[in-house]
Amino acid sequence: MKLFFEKIRTRVQFQELFIPFLSIATSLIIGAVIIWASGADVYKAYQGLLQGAFGKPRAIAETFVITTPYILSGLAVAFGFKCGLFNIGVEGQLYAGALSAAFIGYAVKGLPHFIHLPFALIGGIVAGSIWGAIPGYLKAKTGGHEVINTIMMNHIMIRLTDYLVKNPMLDQKASIPRTPYILESAYLPKIFPSFRLHWGFVLAICMVFLVYFVLFKTTLGFEIRTVGLNQNAARYAGMNVSRNFVIAMAISGGLAGCAGSGEVLGLNYNLPAAFISGYGFDAIAIALLAKSNPLGIIPSAILWAALRNGAGLMQIRAGISIDMINIIQAFVIMFIAAPRIVRWIYRIKAEKGKAGMILTRGWGK
Amino acid sequence: MREVNYRMFIFSGLAVLINALILRFSYLIAPGAELTLLGFGDLGSLGVNPGVSIRVLGILGLGGSVAPLFWKSGKYVSVSFFVTAFTAVGSIIVWAGIGSVFDIVGLLGLSLRLSTPIVLGAIAGLLCERTGVINIAIEGMMLTAACIGFTASLYVGNMWVGLFFAILSGGIIALLHAFLSVTMITDQIISGTVINILAVGLTGFIRRSFLLKARLSRTGILPIIAVPLFSRIPIVGKILFTNQPIVFMMMGLVIFVTVMLFNTRWGLRTRSIGEHPEAADTVGINVFSMRYLNVMLGGFVAGLAGAWFSLETTGSFDDLMTNGKGFIALAAMIFGKWHPVGAFMGGMIFGFSDALQIIFQIKDVPIPPQILWMLPYLITMVVLAGVIGKSTPPAADGAPYIKQ
Repeated sequence: MKLFFEKIRTRVQFQELFIPFLSIATSLIIGAVIIWASGADVYKAYQGLLQGAFGKPRAIAETFVITTPYILSGLAVAFGFKCGLFNIGVEGQLYAGALSAAFIGYAVKGLPHFIHLPFALIGGIVAGSIWGAIPGYLKAKTGGHEVINTIMMNHIMIRLTDYLVKNPMLDQKASIPRTPYILESAYLPKIFPSFRLHWGFVLAICMVFLVYFVLFKTTLGFEIRTVGLNQNAARYAGMNVSRNFVIAMAISGGLAGCAGSGEVLGLNYNLPAAFISGYGFDAIAIALLAKSNPLGIIPSAILWAALRNGAGLMQIRAGISIDMINIIQAFVIMFIAAPRIVRWIYRIKAEKGKAGMILTRGWGK
Repeated sequence: MREVNYRMFIFSGLAVLINALILRFSYLIAPGAELTLLGFGDLGSLGVNPGVSIRVLGILGLGGSVAPLFWKSGKYVSVSFFVTAFTAVGSIIVWAGIGSVFDIVGLLGLSLRLSTPIVLGAIAGLLCERTGVINIAIEGMMLTAACIGFTASLYVGNMWVGLFFAILSGGIIALLHAFLSVTMITDQIISGTVINILAVGLTGFIRRSFLLKARLSRTGILPIIAVPLFSRIPIVGKILFTNQPIVFMMMGLVIFVTVMLFNTRWGLRTRSIGEHPEAADTVGINVFSMRYLNVMLGGFVAGLAGAWFSLETTGSFDDLMTNGKGFIALAAMIFGKWHPVGAFMGGMIFGFSDALQIIFQIKDVPIPPQILWMLPYLITMVVLAGVIGKSTPPAADGAPYIKQ
């Protein structure tokens, strides 16, 4: 055992994987302490969490249902990080996509399935990317920081959705305020007839590889990564930094819009006024956990979805409030963002020549 | 006439368009419409003819947005922005109040009250940022303080004890932010995000585990205090000197922090660290302890802002009750150019638009409430785009300091 830890300490290439792993483990231990302190049974709680997430085929399918938007929105945040942008606006871009997909889904009639579905999906992606490109443009042209601007645009979009769904897009016959149901020709079909899991999940996995390809195998991706690493170097190399900001935010917003349209076209089949996703902040956590690597998004999204999906059974079994999951998740991100704490706890030596994770910059620079 | 650049062209165009619309709108109001009574508290109310007064506002606005073009110097965009904002808001108020009393003193008093958490949040933010630590965790600090303050007040049965614990909990959360961003050199925006997520989980956990099971679900709210003598001054006495304690503390802090920041040794050290930590270190200032101190002071102020939500306004605690005010506070801070008085002005703008929206809903003005809710966020974006003057942060804001 000692030798094993010795190996971790010296072989630095392990750290990329081990620090996230240790962060998750440490957070679960802290969670256990809080559960114990509040007088509940730790074993029952975690057993419930695990069974709720993966205990039955239905539970697994539900976990993947939640994984779908998590992958897409996590990718959105990660893509922004790669360009040095912190997109907190995933929530608003997701709403924009959902709104647009819902509208195309119920208002455009008479199209065959193979045209209507892509039309609605692309409509959602375009709406999300427009909503994302605005703060990108503002950052490029005026220096307005994207963190504040995207948060403001979240609030604006949530109000706008509320207004549109309750007024022009309202389904008069419905008992709760929501849009009319989308036509069947715009449905994202289910993978298995008896579960809610839909083809959006496969689409999300495909998007992961597409984003990986764009980032690492194309000129555009190279430029975006260069701008993210060092704006001045990119500028001296003749790259247009402003243009890359706008493109990166548009792609990021498009991914978030895709997540929103997937929720409408594959799961809800309408957009209720009370549509609260909360994916925006989870997406940041998922992107951080994956260290902004597109391929890492899949496992971290599954982990996040498993925690979210298992929380219900944990609450039933151990009487622990589902908010416990939020606390555990916050600790995971804290340890990921501050690897020095984990290194200090487990006495792991730092990697040489690698700076800390400074992803963003001060206001308006 | 001065040289017109692209930005001025866009803005004069927009301002003229809006004022022309106001002018056109004034002719849509029937000449025989009832008077609008503008209420001025103890001084009674002033009746104005809606059509005529909106027309006057429109003409004034047109003049105000064109005239500065002929000035030799001066800030054209700011002038036209404020003139147009004034005429637009003024004509909406006159229109909304047709046939009834529109209480101007009440509107201003409500604005001051609603701006309190925003101004306090902005002061909390600038205390951190003047030493070069970005703090987007104000939202989380306020939420935690609102929850802890209410919990303490509920269990101890004394609101002032609750207020103390709210302030204390804000400081403790701030300590975590200082530890992560100063000692652990975490990205400061990530650290802030972590705290915001943690606050949501923690307060939700406390609410569902303890507060919902408690015998009582609400406490009283902090009492309204009327300052003797001063509160009898007409208009001003009602707006400034008859308030709840946290509003008074907010006004006091604006003055106190301004004096401290620009006239004391502590203030000079704080500002020098925010601009150039290496230089400050060279002359013997301890950058780390000053950053810890200031982030914690900011946390105390954010805790006070949090107490406003639970102890001064509702007397209860709800999930996410701070509702994004912490982020608006950051916008007010940037709008106020990292100066307490500027932060107060910025906070008042947001408070005013909140108050306007509440009064419009009470008066049943046929404007969708969602549109009014959007306004402060839109204003924030316009402000951030540097439309009205450039706002420059402290030079070392956001940069961790690594001692060589």
